[in-house]
Amino acid sequence: MWLWIHKFGSPPHAYRLLGKMAPWFGWPALALILLATWWGLVKAPADYQQGDAFRILYVHAPSAWMSMFIYVVMAVAAAIGMIWRIKLAHAAAAACAPIGASFTFLALATGSIWGKPMWGTWWVWDARLTSELILLFLYLGYMALRSSFDDPQRADRASAVLAIVGVINVPIIHYSVEWWTTLHQPASVTKLDKPSIALEMLWPLFIMIVGFQLYFGWAISRRLRGEILRRERNARWLQEGA
Amino acid sequence: MDLQEFLRMGGYAVYVWTAYGLTALVLLLNWVSARRRESLEQESARRRSRPD
Repeated sequence: MWLWIHKFGSPPHAYRLLGKMAPWFGWPALALILLATWWGLVKAPADYQQGDAFRILYVHAPSAWMSMFIYVVMAVAAAIGMIWRIKLAHAAAAACAPIGASFTFLALATGSIWGKPMWGTWWVWDARLTSELILLFLYLGYMALRSSFDDPQRADRASAVLAIVGVINVPIIHYSVEWWTTLHQPASVTKLDKPSIALEMLWPLFIMIVGFQLYFGWAISRRLRGEILRRERNARWLQEGA
Repeated sequence: MDLQEFLRMGGYAVYVWTAYGLTALVLLLNWVSARRRESLEQESARRRSRPD
């Protein structure tokens, strides 16, 4: 077990493994996202209240879910890097940030586009929207903090603290619709005992979430490879040609 | 199924298509930037391994 962790934690091995894994994430991700898009736009019936506008759900909810999921991955990776001093974990956390920020931006933008016809406004300062906006600032702050250090080790440590402290925001986003009165509708899917939307409308949502997860798997493999190369620029395995 | 009816999205065309278009754009940009970062680093690693 320890041998395995050690082997995986070694940059050349991780670099090669990630290169092999990436297409196994990428192609299924593309297929599932296209399938879910077709299903969500064409096959799923229009909502009896929201008409066709509800179809925005299929890009909005998975983006919002990914924005929180990636933040947790980033914070866990940063914590592992801090506790066990594993550089690869720090590199993984750094690779998460731009992907997470993209999904957070998408969740906010598609939510805003959905909010206009449904609530009559692009934006309200309610708990759900505000805490999601804070998540975007956490990602951006994390990236800005990293780039403000020349020394990667100091950047790792400082940004890890920010990532770990910021994780408090994730449960706040999740429970914001229950703790405060907000315009945002409560979760209609995670009530597993009795989801409040029809199963034929749920399928594209699940497929899109899996597609986005795989897309994240692909993107982090690619970014982590770039990150490893940048950090290992003077290492011997690279000098000898990988 | 009527294509025009489909594109109209029950009157919500602007919202639905903007949301999907934006999602596609952001995913695509992420794809391009991850790819480019990786190949830039590969290029610089290659240059370092063969100093001439």
